[in-house]
Amino acid sequence: MIRGKPDEDEYWNSSKFKAFTFDDEDDDFTRLKESKRAVNSIRSLVEEEDEEDDVEKVSWSGEPVGSISWSVKETASSIRSTGEVRDQSFPKINTAPSLPKNSSGYSLSSLFKAFGETSIRNYAPELRKPKSEYKVRYVYSLEKFRSLQDKLLLLDEAVNAHDGNVITAVLIYLKKSLSKENLFRELITREIALRHYIHFLKEIEEQKLLLMQYRDHLNIRDENKRRDFLKSCLSLPFSPDDATHVQDHYTLLERQIIIEANDKQVESSGQADIFKKYPRKASILNMPIITTLYYSCFYHYGESDGTYSSPANIRKTFRISDKQFLLTCLGARAKLKAWFDVDALFTTKNWLGYTKKRSPIGFHRIVDILQKNNAPVQVLQEYVNLVEDAEQKISLAQKYKCHDVIINTYRDLKDRQQLIVYRGKVERGSSEYRKIEEILSNSVR
Amino acid sequence: MTVVVLIAIYREVKGWAGVLLCSTSGPMAHSVRRDAPELPDFSLLKRLARDQLIYLLEQLPGRKDLFIEADLMSPLDRIANVTTLKQHDVDKLYKVEYKPIVSTSDQLCFLIRPRIKTVKWICDVVNADKAFGRFRKYKIIFSPQKFYACENLLEEQGIFGDVTTDEWSFYLLPLDDDIISLELPEFFRDNFLEGDQRWVRTAGSALHLLHSVYGPFSKLYGIGRCSKMAYESWREQVEEGEQRARQAEIGNVFLIDRDVDLVTPLCSQVVYEGLVDDIFRIKCGCVEFGPDVTSSDKSIKVMLNSQDKVFNEIRNEHFSQVFGFLSQKARNLQTAYDKRSGMDIKQMKTFVSEELKGLKQEHRLLSLHIGASESMMKRKTKQDFQELLKTEHSLLEGFEIRECISYIEEHINRQVSMVESMRLLCLLSLTENGLLPKDYRSLKAQFLQSYGIDHLLTFSNLKQLGLLVEQQPGETLTVMESRVGKLVNDKTAGKLTDAFSSLAKKSNFRALGRRLNLVPKSDEEYDLRVPRDMAYIFSGAYIPLSCKLIEQVLERDGWTGLEEVTRMLNGHEFAVTAGSNGSDARVKTDSQRIILVMFLGGCTFSEISALRFLGREKGLKFIVVTTAITNSARLLESMLDNHA
Repeated sequence: MIRGKPDEDEYWNSSKFKAFTFDDEDDDFTRLKESKRAVNSIRSLVEEEDEEDDVEKVSWSGEPVGSISWSVKETASSIRSTGEVRDQSFPKINTAPSLPKNSSGYSLSSLFKAFGETSIRNYAPELRKPKSEYKVRYVYSLEKFRSLQDKLLLLDEAVNAHDGNVITAVLIYLKKSLSKENLFRELITREIALRHYIHFLKEIEEQKLLLMQYRDHLNIRDENKRRDFLKSCLSLPFSPDDATHVQDHYTLLERQIIIEANDKQVESSGQADIFKKYPRKASILNMPIITTLYYSCFYHYGESDGTYSSPANIRKTFRISDKQFLLTCLGARAKLKAWFDVDALFTTKNWLGYTKKRSPIGFHRIVDILQKNNAPVQVLQEYVNLVEDAEQKISLAQKYKCHDVIINTYRDLKDRQQLIVYRGKVERGSSEYRKIEEILSNSVR
Repeated sequence: MTVVVLIAIYREVKGWAGVLLCSTSGPMAHSVRRDAPELPDFSLLKRLARDQLIYLLEQLPGRKDLFIEADLMSPLDRIANVTTLKQHDVDKLYKVEYKPIVSTSDQLCFLIRPRIKTVKWICDVVNADKAFGRFRKYKIIFSPQKFYACENLLEEQGIFGDVTTDEWSFYLLPLDDDIISLELPEFFRDNFLEGDQRWVRTAGSALHLLHSVYGPFSKLYGIGRCSKMAYESWREQVEEGEQRARQAEIGNVFLIDRDVDLVTPLCSQVVYEGLVDDIFRIKCGCVEFGPDVTSSDKSIKVMLNSQDKVFNEIRNEHFSQVFGFLSQKARNLQTAYDKRSGMDIKQMKTFVSEELKGLKQEHRLLSLHIGASESMMKRKTKQDFQELLKTEHSLLEGFEIRECISYIEEHINRQVSMVESMRLLCLLSLTENGLLPKDYRSLKAQFLQSYGIDHLLTFSNLKQLGLLVEQQPGETLTVMESRVGKLVNDKTAGKLTDAFSSLAKKSNFRALGRRLNLVPKSDEEYDLRVPRDMAYIFSGAYIPLSCKLIEQVLERDGWTGLEEVTRMLNGHEFAVTAGSNGSDARVKTDSQRIILVMFLGGCTFSEISALRFLGREKGLKFIVVTTAITNSARLLESMLDNHA
């Protein structure tokens, strides 16, 4: 379908191009018209191969059709012949591209002045004939747009048509006919075109933008090659923050390769109990930092800071926060049911030598994690006891059946009533039942 | 047995709703207003698509093998079946898998989306044949249209001419009585992230098709850059085409860009249909329920639409209301079955022939949805859903933000679901107009540690789109400005060095929330049994911005009085009426009360539920046209780049 409109002049006078003055510079005007025609013809080239199919494809009537191919043709021809024509035109609204971020509300509202005025365009009835009758098939070749100015007009015209397909088509032509430097210099001031171009390059896998270059490591299977590639990325001009992350990525993989080689060997030689008891399910290569830390807390706990595989070393190298370290370590040690290690995580000594339990996260959270790792009641209740909020403590204790905690709390609160209620909930004759009995009888005095 | 299960789940779910429910027989079926107009019949669209496909297949006469792009298979299934294809000489069907092919046919037909990757693969196939000296005929059918870049690739690869190309204008797939999808999930990323306008014309053509079959439209409203361009494209197509005089079935149209409201699709869905989509992922109107739902060892695929009588009654309900309804249904069913006991032979015969089939069908559906509810309940309880919802609501309300940040941080630290962590971070950024630089750096670093450093790419994408950004120094003033409702004037016009973040913009969520009353006061009780507004879809915590805009514009018949709102949404609003010779907009025909809402970039089931609610309240009918059904996971997954 050809978009060149018969009333082109009217169209152009009412449009909102500010960069050109149509009346004075005939040259520009002609060129512009030419660009527009070319752009429109691309659309038709792109969309239709065969003039025959043309009408059939674009216009489906609303009538219920018979069936199969016959009906498709029927449908098409019925559109040509039936019905009267009504004026049904809608106003054109200004869709001039604007950078949304940079435009204030003011400039936008001024752009919108075109609204409201609902102009109705009355087309001459003779132009309402089916398209194919007046359509001249321009076989447009973009080759004739040779000067830079013409090429840019063509591009701007394509952008103004809001059809990404056409914009990309023109860009493909420009890519072939302009040097890289020239093309990029012009695209820099044409955001919409630039974005289309970058997306196109990305799709045909020709792009080499900063992060995309880094992204290439994903396509490298061999871990040593991948590591070397990441090393080469270190010299790319990342922002300071991102540079740190990329450096971390390289360091991490470098160490994972060392750890993996070592552990694989140890595991297969059967030297270490831990690997025999808990065979590794997967390689540690390409796992996130925290997964690596978990792995190290699981298999390499207690190693000296000097080894790459020790939790302390990983913690230091990747600047892992106290909270994060504790959570990961807790998870790993609890999984192994190493309750002694769990205990040690929270124990601090003050200067007088007294020990105290501390945690950078609330103890109710600790209880939650321990419980999810199937910690026994004896372990759980120790941490339930450390929960500061009495109400929360009781509810956790009830949830996890830590009888001692509940009984002691009620005892300390001297809440006889609650104790009696609770006695009804525990098994008759059990140790906790006896304990409640004892407290109740003691407090009778 | 079912009732017992229900009651048990029912008790558990009460917490979610925050409202004590004492009755199991909530007024589920809303009385439909008598004057609500009938919806047009969209099955015609399927028929048109099928007929055109058959026509195209016939353009390659003789036996042929057909290769279908994976994500075209479900849509194709909805409009044609294998028999139809076989009848038109399709021999074997293959899925496009980007591998060398095994076909022995002399004619190959490829039914694909216009994607470079797929065309490249076809080039490889053709060139491999050439290398073997093998001669075949090839045809590519692009759906819904071709792109020049694809044909250019054929030319570059030296096979232009060896391959014929065609277009299958399958723009619209009706998923239900009131939902039509373009099935183009990539629309969101291409348009809003990459800034590629390749689908604008597609959207215009889809609208044009609806206009020619169900129009003429008399009024169009819209907001967003893409909506405006789609409108223009549609208008041009209308002017080029012929318009026949006919009675309009759809009078009004509302176009909206997804990036006008990114908060809504990122919220956890709690309306039944949305929740099913969040958990099981509804694909092309069909869901696969696993063994945990069917309580057998098999999975089953079920169509979820208005034909399913049980589903139809619960789809728009808040999840907490669903149990009461299902248990009531179960009881009624029991009663109906029990009637048998006192029957004589004749009555029994009538019962079996007239009622039993219906009852059995209902029984099947009922146990399916009870199973689904049970399974969803279990999963949500396991992931501490209630605490998650609390955090979400706090973010929407702007309440206890530090606590929310700690919660998100711990979520990341514990390596719980990556997409969930990202969702919460984005919600934080959108509602707070960006993160403080200190928080941004710290949360980003922790995220990369927990989920992999290659998510650097994800962060870059999220920033570019404006989903997760850092507040710029000096921006506090701007936030203050927007608080007092002033014009937001971003002076940091970072020209083109910043081309990649230029689509990013401030969300102004708080200010919008206040102006449009999106977040009801939290101390008020919200009775989910009798929803008073669209906020019910989010447990009464938030009225979706997208739907609120639609409501306001319809009420005002335009954007008058909403100037401040549109300014905060970065403008690009419009409202246009057909020329005076067109159908008179003032005539209150049924078509004037049918509103077609087109979401460019996707919409969620929750939004559809909200619009259905609005329709019932106002005596309107909404038809949702969307580029794809989306939800938080789909939206965020489209931002990922960290796979080879």
